[in-house]
Amino acid sequence: MKYVDEYRDPALARGLSSEIRSLVVPGEVVRVMEVCGGHTHTIYRHGLEDLLPPEVELVHGPGCPVCVIPMGRIDDAIAIAETDGVTLATFGDLLRVPGSRGSLLEAKARGADVRTVYSPLDALALAVAEPDRHVCFFAIGFETTAPATAVTLVQARDDEVANFSIFCNHVLIEPPLRAILETPGLQVDAFIGPGHVSSVIGTDAYRFIPEEYARPIVVAGFEPIDLLQSIAMLLHQRAEHRCEVENQYTRVVQTRGNDRAMAVIHETMQPREEFEWRGLGVLPWSALAVREAFGAFDAERVFTVPGVRVEDPRACRCGEVLTGQIKPWECGVFGTACTPERPIGTCMVSSEGACAAFYSYGRMRQPDTTAVSITRTTPTARG
Amino acid sequence: MCLGIPGQIVEIPDRAAGLAVVDISGVRRSVSIALVDEPALPLEPDDWVLIHVGFALGRIDEEQARDTLDLLRRGAELEQELDVIRRGTIA
Repeated sequence: MKYVDEYRDPALARGLSSEIRSLVVPGEVVRVMEVCGGHTHTIYRHGLEDLLPPEVELVHGPGCPVCVIPMGRIDDAIAIAETDGVTLATFGDLLRVPGSRGSLLEAKARGADVRTVYSPLDALALAVAEPDRHVCFFAIGFETTAPATAVTLVQARDDEVANFSIFCNHVLIEPPLRAILETPGLQVDAFIGPGHVSSVIGTDAYRFIPEEYARPIVVAGFEPIDLLQSIAMLLHQRAEHRCEVENQYTRVVQTRGNDRAMAVIHETMQPREEFEWRGLGVLPWSALAVREAFGAFDAERVFTVPGVRVEDPRACRCGEVLTGQIKPWECGVFGTACTPERPIGTCMVSSEGACAAFYSYGRMRQPDTTAVSITRTTPTARG
Repeated sequence: MCLGIPGQIVEIPDRAAGLAVVDISGVRRSVSIALVDEPALPLEPDDWVLIHVGFALGRIDEEQARDTLDLLRRGAELEQELDVIRRGTIA
């Protein structure tokens, strides 16, 4: 597939792996946080950690918009779905996310009309096709996805669709990054920046990271070569005592982003004073709500949702995984009580969640310490 | 939700409505080009765009893609050379 296959070329990967090895200072660990769930997925799926020297440690961040949705908001969506005459249209990723009394999928099994869509435009088309039902679209995503919802809202208004609304859970990328950077004792030396969010907001949006927090950031594409090249670029910055925003994903991302996308977001949505993030708590001005001018399409005005704040289950350590404090396998319920089939937390539910990615691709690679020690005590013919 | 896939414009049946037919790895779908199409720089069939949840989010710059790959290939060749040099013993 064009623009994908070339960025999975093993020869290029070997070249970059070699370059990365030559750039590290032996024994000096560099902790690189990749923010975006899509990057986490690529890293585990292609076993990129095997191509990196031990001096490069990858830490996973909170850039998975499914993973950061608190259970209370799922409960709200289920309440909407269980309303008579309502069809809740949602991305597939959200179906299995557990609320306090089960997931949307389980609500569907009990009779709620929950349908999967690929695009918010499909949800709008559904409303037009079924005028006797009210279709509510469960809108999630960072600035990557918000423009799609925004254009859909404009179209709903222009086409005078009377039976459509969105349950707005769009979040912004800068606040969680700041929250992580403000964490006392944070041990992250560099960032791999989200690729597709950047195609909307541009790369200048990250200047606060080198300028206020003295960490370099490279905006990366999603193929293995993109990530390896980005890591090499970060190491070059360190070696050359530079600290700046760089763009590795030049084939898609421009410095200024997409003005039209930003404008349509601004036309239809506004920042919320507060929004709760799983693992990060309540962050100010970190999410979007539908503007009053589009109020007829705002599910939070159309419906009365419970709006209850639900604590995460005690065993769940998604918050620590999302902020890079622990690795998936360090959570006590990883792979046992919490699996993709029966998830406890959001990191396991979303295909981009660190736990799900590791469960699917990474588990087989974990070194078995017993085997290593047996090998070392066994004499070998070679020196 | 970061998933964005390259797709190639097949045709633009209704530019005013901002819709194009796009080929995404063999699958054809109607996609909104409202965020990318500009009067000054209109999208045309055969152009490549990045598709996310039924919307073209940006154009894929073929020159940039080619430049990056060329750079990487030269880098890989150089690294191969350097690797040989590193491992070679000096008699």
